[in-house]
Amino acid sequence: MTEKPLVCIVCPRGCRMTLTLPDGDAPLPEEIHVTGNACPRGETYARQEMTAPQRVLTSTVRLTGAALTRLPVKTSRAVPKERLRDLIRLLDTVTAAAPVHIGDILVKNALGTGADIVATRDMDAMETPE
Amino acid sequence: MNQFLPPLADTLYDIAIIGAGITGCAAAFELSKTGARIALIDRDGDVAAGATRANSGIVHAGYDPLPGTKMARYNVEGNALIHHYAGELNLPFRETGSLVLALADGDIAVLQELYRRGLDNGVPGLRLLSAGQARTLEPSLSPEVQGALYAPSAGVVGPWEMALAFAQTAVVNGADFLPCCEVTGIRRDGDGFLLSTTRGKLRARRVVNATGAHADTVNDLAAPSRLRIRPNKGQYYLLDKSQGNLVHTVIFQCPSAAGKGVLVAPTAHGNLIVGPDAQDVPDPDDTSTTADGLAFVAEQVHRSIPGLSLRDSIRNFAGVRAVCEEEDFVIEESAACPGLITLGGIKSPGLTSAPAIAKACVELLKKSGLPLEPRKDFRLYPLPVRFRDLSPEGRAAMARKNPLYGRIICRCETITEGEIVDAVHSPIPARSVDGVKRRAGAGMGRCQGGFCSPRVAAILAREWNVPLTEIEQDHPGSRLLMGWTKDPGRA
Amino acid sequence: MKSKKNTTGLPTLHAGIVVIGGGPAGLAAALEAKKAGAPSVLVLERDTAAGGILNQCIHNGFGLHYFQEELTGPEYAGRFLHMVRETPGIEIKTDTMVLDVASLPAGEETRVRVQGVNPTEGYFQVDAGAAVLAMGCRERTRGAIGIPGTRPAGVYTAGCAQRYINIEGAMPGRRAVILGSGDIGLIMARRLTLEGAQVLACLELMPYSSGLQRNITQCLEDFGIPLYLSHTIIDIRGRERVEQVVAARVDENRRPIPGTEMVFDCDTVLLSVGLIPENELSRAAGAAIDPRTSGPLVDESMQTSLPGVFACGNVVHVHDLVDFVTMESGRAGRAAARYLARGATDGGTEPPAVPLYNGDNVTYTVPQRVHPGRLEKACEVFFRVNRVMEGAEILVTSGDAILLRKTRPHLAPGEMERLILPAALFDRAPEGLRISACPAEQGEQGE
Repeated sequence: MTEKPLVCIVCPRGCRMTLTLPDGDAPLPEEIHVTGNACPRGETYARQEMTAPQRVLTSTVRLTGAALTRLPVKTSRAVPKERLRDLIRLLDTVTAAAPVHIGDILVKNALGTGADIVATRDMDAMETPE
Repeated sequence: MNQFLPPLADTLYDIAIIGAGITGCAAAFELSKTGARIALIDRDGDVAAGATRANSGIVHAGYDPLPGTKMARYNVEGNALIHHYAGELNLPFRETGSLVLALADGDIAVLQELYRRGLDNGVPGLRLLSAGQARTLEPSLSPEVQGALYAPSAGVVGPWEMALAFAQTAVVNGADFLPCCEVTGIRRDGDGFLLSTTRGKLRARRVVNATGAHADTVNDLAAPSRLRIRPNKGQYYLLDKSQGNLVHTVIFQCPSAAGKGVLVAPTAHGNLIVGPDAQDVPDPDDTSTTADGLAFVAEQVHRSIPGLSLRDSIRNFAGVRAVCEEEDFVIEESAACPGLITLGGIKSPGLTSAPAIAKACVELLKKSGLPLEPRKDFRLYPLPVRFRDLSPEGRAAMARKNPLYGRIICRCETITEGEIVDAVHSPIPARSVDGVKRRAGAGMGRCQGGFCSPRVAAILAREWNVPLTEIEQDHPGSRLLMGWTKDPGRA
Repeated sequence: MKSKKNTTGLPTLHAGIVVIGGGPAGLAAALEAKKAGAPSVLVLERDTAAGGILNQCIHNGFGLHYFQEELTGPEYAGRFLHMVRETPGIEIKTDTMVLDVASLPAGEETRVRVQGVNPTEGYFQVDAGAAVLAMGCRERTRGAIGIPGTRPAGVYTAGCAQRYINIEGAMPGRRAVILGSGDIGLIMARRLTLEGAQVLACLELMPYSSGLQRNITQCLEDFGIPLYLSHTIIDIRGRERVEQVVAARVDENRRPIPGTEMVFDCDTVLLSVGLIPENELSRAAGAAIDPRTSGPLVDESMQTSLPGVFACGNVVHVHDLVDFVTMESGRAGRAAARYLARGATDGGTEPPAVPLYNGDNVTYTVPQRVHPGRLEKACEVFFRVNRVMEGAEILVTSGDAILLRKTRPHLAPGEMERLILPAALFDRAPEGLRISACPAEQGEQGE
């Protein structure tokens, strides 16, 4: 058994947790013992982070027909950390057209991750397109 | 941006002025009152890109130079001329008066010497003050002050605005301003000169060398000269406008064997300036600041104003003085190369003296055989009135005239989009973010362009009709951005 | 809002409450003021869209406290913009800069007169019964911290670079060094990396990061970007564009240690070296400023020293989390509405405000003074500490008497703390309360 400190990143509170891991390379989530977390999300995060870390990706895509030329987007849920670079390359190829609303799905099930690419800002269409 | 500049047409000018700092701009201004065909040339993208914009902005009274020198004469004459032009050209100028402080034993004797020199030089209104009188004038002075020399005619001016007002007046009267044009060769051509530059060739009957810290190099292109520049760097702090009222006059320390001392002064724009130190540097373009230099300035200024806090510093900068072996200004027609006029060794009080040096330059050109007759249709081109300086009613009228005067772009300095657009379309157009700053004042404030520079860059791109990614911070090559996001060609 | 000419010749608008700034603070204040019964609220926003800096903060992590879900900056702003649109009686004027705020003498119906300008309506003034200052903050610059070296293009504040990337879609550089490990700097390290730039290092002057751990994990560690604590930039090189940065380790007095220099070949320097509340309007109006926060002195209702003038959000003190800005600003909005309803009759015979003092290791408190009579049940106090403490005690004292004792597992300068003081506490300390923080085991963290 080894002990490992981990700061929870689920919320800004940043609980300082202590994990007890079984010996060996690939622990199973349920084998990981977590203390120091203020809420159950900490335990979930710690087990996920130790076995298959995930992140929400936030970035922008090209936008046409609006006053601005970039639209902020995010993945609708956390995706495996190792897929971030593939997803960001995917975003290079996406162009949204105004009007856009928060939550509009731009790419469904992006790269098979199960996460959609969704708009995170309302963008009106320009009244007089040039 | 500057790659869009066309190559030079092979024009024959009467006078080519090399260097568009304050000296060259003043010379162009004075010469544009005549019918002469003038080229004002600079290697940089704008006027005032060298020592002129990295300067204390002090309009010296004229008690410092030794009586009988060119410095003494042009300083006192230049001071009077700046007072005059300030109104005519709407320069940012304040007649603040100056104090030289006696802070150490022996300093009182120096003040008396300066006082006598001032009388000899014709400085008006000089007075020796007791410590008490000095502190009544400036309550924040150190208790160590033993006395002071007061010169009411000293003041502060916006150095780059003065250069710009001179140069723009010259341009509206027919002079050509040729930016990004570094002179690489000066060759005799008949009774005139052929100049090779990075933008092509041009010919001129006379050449005026006003290249500041580069004056020796440029002189040597034409003929070996005795002028040798020893570049000397001075570093400054510029403080927020909230500190601009800490002192009301220009406050010098008594010059001593240890140096000329560190000054503190309000600026013409309402900030507080503190500096400079003095350090010989090999490179005339070395305008880097150093921790040691700034620490020296910070330490020395507390001798004058112990309560001054540098916490409100908004910018540090350094300028290079064109110090030469000769103590006096070198203002002469070259003996080895007739027709080449040197305006060299223009260190302090060069800014103050510039308008008078310009007049001397005209006389030298006349003496060299160039006929220079006054033109009847000469007109001044004053700097624009600032939105922020107007009353509420005046601002309302300006915003009614053009909606762009109703949009504030620089929040710290209250500069409108209309003023920025005007700067891009002025006789010497702003080509860069700092070009806008020098003309309109956007980005000069406490956030140093953090908020407004993206918006200024976007206005520049729109008005010049170039992509945003072409916009430069200042000098040619000082590109702000490196392409676009979502660029598939990236690593 | 009706418009008429007044004696000064300026078109004059009238509003119950004028809110200066349409970022998260201003929007929350406007909403809560309207809900609390203010007849009309006018929000003046300098940018072309309301939402403030949140519009360029496209990363997530917002709203966990307030909405109990994780939102991006534009989504968080979007929720408030939506609520404002659904609330009659709130008007937002965008592209509108306020240039003057004047507090008028007591007894006048108009307590605050504001001058502003925009391209469509020109220069105008607003007469209001109360005002909420919500102008936010600005970033500290290179000039403020005096980084030596040349002054080429390529030195940006992190927020300026964030605007270029997220709003304009332009890259400020390709190889960057970041000075300062505040949250914006960390976020920008990830943002640059995701857009294909290389971030060579993040340097932090202090021996600890001032950013949230979640950002260190997600923005630096995820991408293998090294964080150098106790390091700073000692030289910037390059004539037109940044070419090199020289960094060095610093000693405990934050002085560079010779021999520890590291040279980075880079084209960009991002500065994330602190935020300063933007109070030029407040100062000019005559509001008393706390030199420790650089924001106006406020009481429990976020009222400044000027009657009828309230302030909230980053203009008062720099927050780490927008959720707390929202809560604080709601308080200011409700108080402004109450002030308006009460009329210009101030407290009258109520006892004077109780000051809050900064005790050991506490750098500031907000509010700085409290009117116990105006508290309903308790007073929410924000404060910061000046050092990292693992296992700490917060003490609220009056003279020698300890009135309240709280323990915290971790305190750090980069993390704003929140404390709820029951109203009854103030009755026991009319002379003032002192808030201190100390390591739970004294001496362990000694300097």
